Amino acid sequence: MEAFADEAKILAGGQSLVPLLNMRLARPAHLIDINGCDELAYVREADGYLAIGAMTRQREVEMSPLAREACPLLAEALHWVGYLQTRYRGTIGGSVAHADPSAEIPTALTCLGGTMKVSSARGERVCGVEEFFVSYLTTSLQPDELLTEVLVPKSDPRGGWAFLELSRRHSDFALVGVACTLSLGGSNGKVTAARINLAGVGPVPFRPQRAVSCLLDQKPSDLLFREAGRIASEEVEPESDYHASAEYRREMVGILVRRGLEKALQRAEERLTDGTG
Amino acid sequence: MAVQRTGERLVGQSVTRKEDRRLLTGRGTFIGDMGPLPNIHHAAILRSPHPHARIRRIDVDEAGHMEGVVGILTGDEVAKMSQPFPVASPSSPPYYSCAIGKVRFVGEPVAVVVARDRYIAEDALDAIVVDYEALPAVVDPEKAVEPEAPILHEDLGTNVAMHRVLNYGDPDRAFAEADLVVEERFVFPKYASTPLETYGVIANYEQASGVLTIWSNFHGPFSMQPVVARALQIAQNKLRFIVPPDIGGGFGIKSSIYPYLALIGLAAMKAGVPVKWIEDRREHLLASSSGTDRVSYVAAAVKRDGTITAMKMRIYDNVGGYFRAPEPGCVFRPLGNYVGGYKFRNLHVDAYCVLTNKSLTGPNRGYGCQQLYFGIERLVDQIAERLSLDPAEVRMRNLIPPEAFPYTTPTGGIYDAGDYPATLKKALEMAGYGALREVQKKARHEGRYVGIGFGLGVDPSVSNMGYVNIAQTPAERAKSRPKSGAVQATTISIDPLGMITVGLTTTPQGQGHETVVAQIVADELGAHPDEITVVSGIDTFQSAWTIASGSYSSRFSAIGTSSAVMAARKLKKKMFRIAAHSLGVEPEDLEMQGDKIVAISDPSKVLSIRHIAGLAHWDPQSLPKDMEPGLYTTYFYSMPTAKPPDEYDRVDSSNTYGFMADLVVVEIDPETFEIQIKKYVTVHDAGTILHPKIVEGQVQGAALHGIAGALYEELAYDEDGQFLTGTFMDYLCPTFSDAPTLEIGHIVVPSPFTVLGSKGLGESTTETAPVAIANAVSDALSGLGIKINELPLTPSKLWHWVRQAKSPAAGPQ
Repeated sequence: MEAFADEAKILAGGQSLVPLLNMRLARPAHLIDINGCDELAYVREADGYLAIGAMTRQREVEMSPLAREACPLLAEALHWVGYLQTRYRGTIGGSVAHADPSAEIPTALTCLGGTMKVSSARGERVCGVEEFFVSYLTTSLQPDELLTEVLVPKSDPRGGWAFLELSRRHSDFALVGVACTLSLGGSNGKVTAARINLAGVGPVPFRPQRAVSCLLDQKPSDLLFREAGRIASEEVEPESDYHASAEYRREMVGILVRRGLEKALQRAEERLTDGTG
Repeated sequence: MAVQRTGERLVGQSVTRKEDRRLLTGRGTFIGDMGPLPNIHHAAILRSPHPHARIRRIDVDEAGHMEGVVGILTGDEVAKMSQPFPVASPSSPPYYSCAIGKVRFVGEPVAVVVARDRYIAEDALDAIVVDYEALPAVVDPEKAVEPEAPILHEDLGTNVAMHRVLNYGDPDRAFAEADLVVEERFVFPKYASTPLETYGVIANYEQASGVLTIWSNFHGPFSMQPVVARALQIAQNKLRFIVPPDIGGGFGIKSSIYPYLALIGLAAMKAGVPVKWIEDRREHLLASSSGTDRVSYVAAAVKRDGTITAMKMRIYDNVGGYFRAPEPGCVFRPLGNYVGGYKFRNLHVDAYCVLTNKSLTGPNRGYGCQQLYFGIERLVDQIAERLSLDPAEVRMRNLIPPEAFPYTTPTGGIYDAGDYPATLKKALEMAGYGALREVQKKARHEGRYVGIGFGLGVDPSVSNMGYVNIAQTPAERAKSRPKSGAVQATTISIDPLGMITVGLTTTPQGQGHETVVAQIVADELGAHPDEITVVSGIDTFQSAWTIASGSYSSRFSAIGTSSAVMAARKLKKKMFRIAAHSLGVEPEDLEMQGDKIVAISDPSKVLSIRHIAGLAHWDPQSLPKDMEPGLYTTYFYSMPTAKPPDEYDRVDSSNTYGFMADLVVVEIDPETFEIQIKKYVTVHDAGTILHPKIVEGQVQGAALHGIAGALYEELAYDEDGQFLTGTFMDYLCPTFSDAPTLEIGHIVVPSPFTVLGSKGLGESTTETAPVAIANAVSDALSGLGIKINELPLTPSKLWHWVRQAKSPAAGPQ
């Protein structure tokens, strides 16, 4: 990688790169195929984290009992990624490195506060999502660096989560997608922690900070979630395209945030009542 | 399901498809698999990035010198080497296989590179420099007819490629006497089909013989063979078309491959090597072919009880940058069934074919019917609403009664057979219509948007080619030779051991023609279908083809099967004569029992088919004196009703007419406006059903194609003519997971005009699904003050319309 510098592209599952090559939109002089790197394909527990090798196929994580237990939001998000067929080929690392802001995996990882392990001949570094995702299809990866692992903190076992998406057709890129988690305090049932991230409304998976803040230390209610949705829809600056207008996307952000929080709350409550937490 | 040959009739049974073994194991023979010659080179096509521009200069110097490039063809050479393609309309502007002097849509071919492989050819495209002078573009057919619109073809001086006013009965009087007039403006979108296999062409020019051979997945009509010959200035018998046995879907779209047959043919002539071109998916979406988008104004004159007495239609059909044959088919192919299933006798049609800077149009499953029924069936719902009648009741009141068949429509269509009220009634029963309305009422109380929509339509098949001459006035038509083609041929041979081979010229694209023909011939000649070899594909130097040959306009089940039956019967008659001669009995005394021919009066007199075949081949002296030896025949079946248009512009534009009644239930999310299809009932009358499983597949596909037009697919352009949906990321084809569960029913009223009583079915619900869904969505949102008069429906659009209806100040999207 050092030798080829920015003349090379890494070929992982090929579900984004190959179409770009086919349409001659990407014309790298060299392709470095890492499909033979079996040591980069794994899902394991590591010190309070879920560690996922960059070459792990998306479907494997989606179906992994460990991932579903430790990071149910990620498993749910994976259900929305492309098609079943593409998920058998597409990799976690490939999607993260491609950094499409409407893609589900970057959104879920941002919501969960994931970190990326990056290697090069110079050594290894770990970087958080905020540092990693720079803009549309742009990451902080240097030409000589390879994304090797994604680390996701294990989710609050008593918390709730939801990943919802709106698209014109199942498996399309999200018009709007929302990932959220919610944790409730023991006796008074107030929100102790919340995370929300949105797909498809900005250059990187977007966190509506004011909407998150309005939830904290409040008792969950229909009104509260509506308010969070309303605030979130004010925080985004979506764009119009052929499939949906900016105004529609903005309105849908509010609705999806509310629905996501409702679903997350319901799951958190279920976990509290059936004692799985 | 394997069929045991027990003498029972095979037609009507779902026998195992003959094609499936090879198709499912990846052993079909498609154009992409073919390498019929050594030294095949590969073409890539340079396409216009501009919707409308003058070509000042093309510099191919650098590209021409690239290693591996053997030839480059540009518009100037195409102009020298060929003539424009003929079109039915007298005033149509010249249309060649390549842009000459000007480009008129994004994706129009500008040059062809022939190289050792496709990679080099595509690299060379980048090295061609074209100097364009961009011109203002127009994409909206109504704007294109305004005086200030940019003109696409200066010599024509207008963007109207064709304008005809047709009048049937006395519509003015009916409108004057109406209790109610309902009129609406409708916008129907441009969409296509997306067959798994794109276009593919291989061309080879033999200088010595002057024969140009073109292999392609062209599925007819073979009237395009003389069209291409004329454009290339080649004698028809020097232009050989070969179609492989397998075509990976077509849905009408592959009719319009013919300009590429000419273009790649010219490229092969220029480069002096055989040339292969396989269209890629981007090219396919950009520039293959599509149905027209249409703006129409449809008005109905109605009596208080809901009886429709007349309709008036003003149609702006958008044919794109050139007026390409078989347009104006989109307007006139359904002419005979312009009144749908309804009995009103007064109709006024004011039809424009308009040139704009969009890609070109042609047959697309349903050819013109989905555009037509979108207006009629939306209007019927609005009539019901205005008169506070049930939409099913209004339809029932206006349907042609069963005793009226065969029924001649005011526009000249001869509806062969049907029971339209029974078809609708069955749909209502299957859906539990009465209970559905209760469910809807309850849902409304809960704040849910549930809607019920109907889509009824007459499903024309086996087009009568004469319809295209409606483009001319009766006076213009009188000067030229009349046209009325609807002929199909089948060839059957029996070898010396009695085994049967059938040759088709129906160019199947996956519809199972081999299976159905084997069923038919097995029934007629007492064979097992597995023993019958069926050969599909065409070679115009060897096959029994006609200008009407091919697989389009759902013609196989009606006319392809009729020619197969008649060919089998012709051979059977010959075998009876041989048997009678040999056994010393009269042919009338014979009957077929399994694979034997037996004398009724004396069952000991019996000959096997194998024995008769032996006589015909090995012992011609034993045959009746005047008889040709061998057992080989071709039967050309012609539909009895196909006639040219008359002086009143009436034409039986198709030869059989099925009918379908769709009932759709949708629920719309009141916040996101996502549309969910909760129920889809579709009842068909396709006459005799030949193979129930194939029929089911056709209906499933047709419905999903129509749903695609209603909710997903659009070849969309921005106002400046740039193309927006160039990949499957943006051009949304519904997939299996988007398909609703269909409830399919049948009413069987056999056609008197086909031998087995079968009518076409392959297009059917694709014609009614768009309007059925529009009606259902309209019904669901009826409380919100919006009308669905435009497709496709997206959640974003619905949300905007509803918001605008709530506060008109909000403005359109």
